[in-house]
Amino acid sequence: MSDRYDAIIVGAGHNGMICGALLAKAGKQVLILEAAMQVGGAAVTREFAAGYSVSACAHLLYQLQPQVLKDLNLNLDYAADDIAAIALSTTGDHLRIRGNHTEGLSEDDAVELRSFHARMTRYANLLNKYLNKAPPRLGVRNRRDLTTLAQLGFDVRKLGRKDMREFLRLIGMNIFDELEERFDNPLLKGALAVDAVMGTHLGPRSPTTILTYLYRLAGNQGRVAQMAGGMSTLSESLAKVARDNGATIRTNMAVKRVVVENGRATGVETEKGEVFSSRVVVSNADPKSTIMDLVNPRHVETGFTRRVHNIRMRGNAAKLHLALDGLPTIKGLDKKSFADRMIIAPDINYVERAFNPAKYGATSPHPVMEVTFPSLRDATLAPTGKHVLSAIVQYAPYNLKEGWDDAARDAFKQTAIDTITTYAPDLPERINDSELLTPADIESEFRITGGHWHHGELTLDQFMFVRPVAGAAQYEMPLEGLFLCGAGSHPGGGLNGAAGRNAAIAILRREKAA
Amino acid sequence: MTTAAVDLTRLKTPFYPRLEALDRLHTWHSWKGYRSADAFTNGEIEYFAIRNSAAVFDLSPMTKYRITGNDARIYVDRLVTRDMLNKVGAGRVAYAVWCDDQGQVIDDGTIFHLRDDEYRLCSQEFHLPWLRAAAIGMNVDIREETADYAALALQGPNSYSILKNLGLSGIENLKLFGLRHFDFAGTELMVSRTGFTGDLGYELWIDADKALPLWDALFEAGKLHGIRAIGTHALEQSRIEAGYLAAYVEFLPANETVRTGRTRSPFELGLDWLVDFKKPNFNGRRALAAEKREGSTWRFVKLDIEGNKTASSAYIYADKRAKKNIGFVTSATWSPVCKKNIALGTVRMPHGKVGETVYVEVYYQREMHWSRMMAKAEVVSKPFWDPPRRRATPPGLF
Amino acid sequence: MKTYDVIVVGAGHNGLTNAAFLAKAGLNVLCVEKNDYIGGAAVSRNLYKDWVYSNCSYVCSLLRPEIFRSLELHRHGLQVTPYAGGATFLQNGDYYASYDDHDLQHREMARFSKHDADAYDRYGADVMRQCRFIRDTLLRTPPDPTSFKLRDLKELLYLGGRFAELGEDRMYETIRFWTMSVAEYLDEYFETDIIKTSLSGSGIIGTALGIHSPGTAYVLLHHYMGDVDGNIGSWGYARGGMGAVSNAIAGAFQAYGGELRTDAGVEQILVKNGQVTGVALTNGDEIKAKQVVSSMDVKRTFLKCMDKSDLEPDFYNRVKNFKIRGSSGKLNIALDGLPTFSALPKDSPLMDGDMHFIDSMERMERAYDDWKEGTWSKDPYIDMVIPTVTDPTMAPPGKHFMSCFIQYCPPQINGREWTDEERDQFGQTCIDQIANYSPDFKDLILHVEVRTPKEIENEAGLTEGNIFHGELTMDQLLFNRPIPGYADYRGPVSGLYMCGSSTHPGGGVMAAPGANAAREILHDLKRRNTVPENFGDD
Repeated sequence: MSDRYDAIIVGAGHNGMICGALLAKAGKQVLILEAAMQVGGAAVTREFAAGYSVSACAHLLYQLQPQVLKDLNLNLDYAADDIAAIALSTTGDHLRIRGNHTEGLSEDDAVELRSFHARMTRYANLLNKYLNKAPPRLGVRNRRDLTTLAQLGFDVRKLGRKDMREFLRLIGMNIFDELEERFDNPLLKGALAVDAVMGTHLGPRSPTTILTYLYRLAGNQGRVAQMAGGMSTLSESLAKVARDNGATIRTNMAVKRVVVENGRATGVETEKGEVFSSRVVVSNADPKSTIMDLVNPRHVETGFTRRVHNIRMRGNAAKLHLALDGLPTIKGLDKKSFADRMIIAPDINYVERAFNPAKYGATSPHPVMEVTFPSLRDATLAPTGKHVLSAIVQYAPYNLKEGWDDAARDAFKQTAIDTITTYAPDLPERINDSELLTPADIESEFRITGGHWHHGELTLDQFMFVRPVAGAAQYEMPLEGLFLCGAGSHPGGGLNGAAGRNAAIAILRREKAA
Repeated sequence: MTTAAVDLTRLKTPFYPRLEALDRLHTWHSWKGYRSADAFTNGEIEYFAIRNSAAVFDLSPMTKYRITGNDARIYVDRLVTRDMLNKVGAGRVAYAVWCDDQGQVIDDGTIFHLRDDEYRLCSQEFHLPWLRAAAIGMNVDIREETADYAALALQGPNSYSILKNLGLSGIENLKLFGLRHFDFAGTELMVSRTGFTGDLGYELWIDADKALPLWDALFEAGKLHGIRAIGTHALEQSRIEAGYLAAYVEFLPANETVRTGRTRSPFELGLDWLVDFKKPNFNGRRALAAEKREGSTWRFVKLDIEGNKTASSAYIYADKRAKKNIGFVTSATWSPVCKKNIALGTVRMPHGKVGETVYVEVYYQREMHWSRMMAKAEVVSKPFWDPPRRRATPPGLF
Repeated sequence: MKTYDVIVVGAGHNGLTNAAFLAKAGLNVLCVEKNDYIGGAAVSRNLYKDWVYSNCSYVCSLLRPEIFRSLELHRHGLQVTPYAGGATFLQNGDYYASYDDHDLQHREMARFSKHDADAYDRYGADVMRQCRFIRDTLLRTPPDPTSFKLRDLKELLYLGGRFAELGEDRMYETIRFWTMSVAEYLDEYFETDIIKTSLSGSGIIGTALGIHSPGTAYVLLHHYMGDVDGNIGSWGYARGGMGAVSNAIAGAFQAYGGELRTDAGVEQILVKNGQVTGVALTNGDEIKAKQVVSSMDVKRTFLKCMDKSDLEPDFYNRVKNFKIRGSSGKLNIALDGLPTFSALPKDSPLMDGDMHFIDSMERMERAYDDWKEGTWSKDPYIDMVIPTVTDPTMAPPGKHFMSCFIQYCPPQINGREWTDEERDQFGQTCIDQIANYSPDFKDLILHVEVRTPKEIENEAGLTEGNIFHGELTMDQLLFNRPIPGYADYRGPVSGLYMCGSSTHPGGGVMAAPGANAAREILHDLKRRNTVPENFGDD
C-alpha cells in the first residue's frame, strides 16, 4: 500500500487535471489516476487513420474559463482563436458569422444580430460569473450561501429594469421563438439554433434552449478556438501544470472502485488490484458511473441513489472523422474559408426536424452538423497535402431503438457523409478513410455514461442548484471524503474547466473547515 | 360486443368465507382495498378475547414483500435504521422503521428473516418503488406477495395452548420475535411470535389456498380455549395499550406527505432504540445524525390521563389555563384492562419528558350536550400493558 | 351622454367576473360584448335541435370557489356536479381506467404494474405540493421583481416565504418541477407507458408544446390545481353546459346594478392625452368611461383595438411577440344514443368521465410533430366527454352530447388559411379515431360541429383560438404574464386595465384574472375591495 495522499483524482480529464493542479498548487499531495494510456479523457487527439489525427470528441474550444488559465498561469497554443461560423447554403450563398460580424446578411438582420449578440453577451457574462462559483444551497442559514444568493439577486437587478425583465423572460425560453421574433434569414436562424442545441437532447423549439445558447457564449464570450495539435495539446499542457505543481499523474491505471471504510471514502482500488489511500477521493467521472460503479449505492442513501439514477444523460452527438486526399469543393467557398467551422442547418425547422426522430430512438435522416477541416490551420494533423475532416453530427441518440451495432453505425456514417456531399459533391472521391463515433462508442471509449458530452443533459432541471442532483450541487457528495469535479457537476460540460476549479475550491474550503 | 363485467367491490381475503359467516354487524372498512371488519359481534367482547382468552385477526391485507438475493442482508441493513446485519439472524423478526434521506419515517413494519438471504417485509403502506430504488446497484430481488399469502394473528393468553393443540411441536421454544416453519396440510406454515396487541401472541402465515384449512384447524384447536375472531376495533384498543404506532395516525409516511414539517423522524416517535449509528450507512443516517446533534422538533408521548373521558383529537397544553399549546393527541382510548384513560400524542420539544404533567383539552358529549374539561395527564415511559406472559418462554398453558 | 366609471370589454367569464366585482363595489359598470350572446368561450350553444353544446370549454374545475361563493353564483343558476371515471383505450383491445376510488385506482394500475400502482401516492403528494404552492398565488397580483415599491417588495417576500417554507430539499424539487417536461417528470415515477400516457395529457392540453418539451410539467399543474368542493384535481360539469358559468356571473353582475350590452363589438379603445376615454363600437357608437378593462387577450386588445400611436413601440413589440399559439380544435357532436366501447364492460361507470384514444408516449409526441409541421395531428390526442351521462338538461332523454377536445390543431395549414375540405378532413380524423374503439359511434352521429382554431378565433375572439389567451410557458407566467412589467393588470395607458386570461394566473374557466384585475382597479380608485382572498391551506 502506498503512502496516503491528500487527494486522489479519478480520471485525468481536463476537469480532473485542473482540480488536481489547483489542489497541488495549494500544497496538497495529489494523485491523478487515468484509465487510458494518455491523459485528457475525451479531450484527446486521435489518430483514426495512419497519419491522420483529429480531436476525438470536442474539436473546438468555446468556453474554457479564463479564470482557470489565470489560476494556473497557463498559456495555450492556439492554431486559431476566433474561428468564424459559415452557415452553408446549397446555392452557394453562404453566411459568415463571427461574433456580431456577419457577411451575407440583410441590413435589418445584421443590425438585429448586433443587438442580439450584445444582449446575449451581457446575459452570458452574468451567467459566467456564477458558472465559476459553487451554487449556493437554498433554504439554509449559512452566511456564504445567503451572500451568494443575495449577490445573484443584486447582479440580476444590476442589469437594469429593462434588461432584467428580458433576462427573466428569456432564461426559460426556447431559442426558436426568440430567433423567429428577430431574424429573417433562415441560414442565420439555423446556425444560431445549432449553437443552442449542440450536445443536447433538445430541439430549437424546446424551452430552455436560450440557456444552452447562453452557456455556449459564456466563458469565452462566444469566441471559438482551435488547439494546435488537437485537444491532446490542451490536455498535455494541463498535465504539465499539474505535474509542475507536484501532482502525480499515472495513466493506464483504471480505477475499479472507491474504497469506502466505515462510511467514508478512504481511497481507491485499481483494476490491477493496487490500493491507494487518501483523505479525499475526487471523481472526474460522470456522476452516474461514480456512484453506481465506483462507489456502489450501498454506501450512499436511497433517495440520493434514485436521483443519480434519474439523471438524464443520453448523448445525441456523433463524431465523424474523414481522412481526405485533398479538400473537397464547396460552391461559393474559397479555400481559406475551410479553416472556419461550417454549419449544416439550412433553416431552423431543419434543426427541429433533425431532432424529432431522436425522441423516438432513431437517428436524423437529415442531420445537423458542425464540419471542420482542422488540418487547414494545423498541418501536423495530416500528411502533407492531405486533410482531415472532423464533424459533430446530430442527432444520433444513445438509446437507439434497434441498438447501436456496426450496421447502424455505418448507416449513420453514410447519412452524415451524404449530408456533407450535398454541399461538397466531390467529397466521396476524396475520402481515404473514415470513422464515426456514436454516443455508444464515446461511452465505451471515454467512459462517459450515455456518451453525453455534458455528463448530464444541460436543462434547467439539471442546472445550477440541482446539478448533478438536488442536494449535492456543491461538489461534495453525501459520502464523506467523496467529491465530484467533472462536467456532471455545476456548471456542466464542454471544455470549460469551471467544474474542476470550483471543486478544488470546495475541497480546500472543506479542509479548512474541518 | 362488450367485455365481461369487472367486480369493482372491495377485495376478499382468503379467509373471507369464514369471516362472513361469523359477521353479525356488517360494518366493514377498506384495508388497502380489502374488506376488513370493524367488529363481528361486539367490539368490547372481542377486545377481551385478546386479553383474556384468544383472538384471531385476519392480517391478510398486510402488504408483504419478499426480498431475496446475495445482497439481501446488506440491502435490509441499509434500508432500515436498526442493525439487521448482526442482530437479526435467520429465524428472527425485527420491528423496524425506514426513513428517507431526510431522516423522516416512511413507514414502520416487521421484517422476517425467513432464511439466509431471504426476508419478508410487512408494512401498512405500499412501498415497491422505494424498495426497488433501494435495490439499485445490489443483487436483490424484490417481489410483492400480498395476495399470495394469507395471515392470521392469534393473540391472547391462550394462544400458546391453541398452537400446542394444533400440534406444532417445538412451538414452546419459540421466543418473542422468533419465527419457525412447520408443516401444515402439505405446505409450509410460518409462525412468528409477533403481534400488534402487546400480549402473548403469534402470527401465522400460509399459502393463500391453504387459508381455510388453517382457519378451521385453528378454531377446532381453540374450541375449548375461548378462540374468537376479532375486528379492527378491538385490535386498535389493544395496540394503544401496547403503545404501538399506526401509520397515518402517529406519523405520516414521509413520501406521501404534502406539507413541510408534518413528517416525523424515529427520534420524534420515541424510537431512538431503533437507530443504530454504529452502522456506517443507512437511509437517513446523515440527517438523523444532524438531528441528534441539533435536537428534534417533536416528541412522542404516552399519556396517563385523569378521569374517564376519552381524549380523542385533544390539544395538549403545558398549563391548565390552556395558554401554551404544545401538541395534540393522536390516539386515545379507555383501557379496559388497565381501567385507565390513556392516549398517545405528539408534543413540541422540550416538553413531554417522562414524569412531566401536561393538560389535555377534552370535549365530551352526554345526551347531546357537550362539555369541556382540562384533564391532567402524566407522561409515562412504559407501555400501558406489558404482561410478563408476553415474553415468557415457554409460555404458560391455560 | 353618460360617462361610465368602467367599461369592460368582452362578456366572457373573466370580463363578467371583473364587471361583477366592480359593480358590487358600487361602480357604474357597462360590459360590452361583440356577439349577440354572452359567455365568450364559456358558452352553451343550441346549434342542433334540442341539444345544448358546451362548444368551447366543456368541463369545470378551475373556477375559484372563493369567487363562486362571493358572487353567490348558486343564486344565479350555477350548479357544478363532479364526475368520476374515464378511460384510455389501448390498441390491443384493453383499456386503462380512471376511478375516483383510491383503492380501485391502485388495483387498476397494478393490473399494468405493481410498481406504478405504488408510485402513485408519492406522485400525488409531490404534485399536490406544487399545487398548493401555485393555488395560493391564484388570487394575488404577481409582484414586479424589478420594482422597489412596497407592494411589490411585500409580494415578492410573500412568494419567497412560501418557497422557503418548502424546506431545502423540496425547494430543489420545485425548481425541477417548474422546468421539466411532463414526460421526464413522469419517467421519474412510473415505468408503464400507458400509465404515463394517461397522466401526460394534462401536460399539453391547450398548449403548443409536446410532452417532451421542458415546462410541460407545469401545464399539468394548471389542470390539477382546480377543485370541486375541495377535492383538488377533480373536475365537474356545469349543469346546462359551460354557458351556465357565464350566465350566473352575468346574473350576479346585473344584480349588482351592472349594465350588459351584447352585439356591441369594440372597434377601438379610445385614448386622449395618455388617458383612456372610452370605446368606439363597430357600429360607430362611442361610449365614454373613465376606465376601460379589456378581457380580450392582449394581442386582440392592443394590436386590433388600439391605435398603435397610443402605445410605446417596445410595449407594442412585446405584445406582438406574445405567444398565443393555436394548438387545439374541438368537435361537438349530437348523438342519437350512447355509443358503446368494445373494450368496456356493459354499463361501465367509466363512461362518466374523460376518454382518450392514444396509448403511448410516442403517439402523444408524434401528434405534436404534426402540429410543428403546420398541420393537424393525424393521430390526435382527444379528450372526449359525454356530459349528458351526468347532465339531463343538455339533450333529450336517451340522446347525448359529446364534446371532443383535440390536440393538436394549428391555426393555419402550412401558413395559409384552412380550406373547408381540410376542416372536414380534420373532423373525420377525430371521428375515425374514436370509431376504432366504438363500432356504433358513427351511426349514432346526428350532427357535428368541427372547430379549428380559426372558428374559435372568429367566434370567441381568442387569438389563434388559444384557450389560455397565451402559452403557459415560463416566459409567460407569473410576473412575466402577459408582459414583464405589466403583470399587475394595468395597461400602458392610464385608466386602461387587462382582465383576460392573458394575465396571471392564465387560462381555463378560473375567473381569477377578472377578480384580480377588479381588486387592482378598486385599489386605484380607492374603493372598498370586493374581491375575496383565497381560502388557504388546502
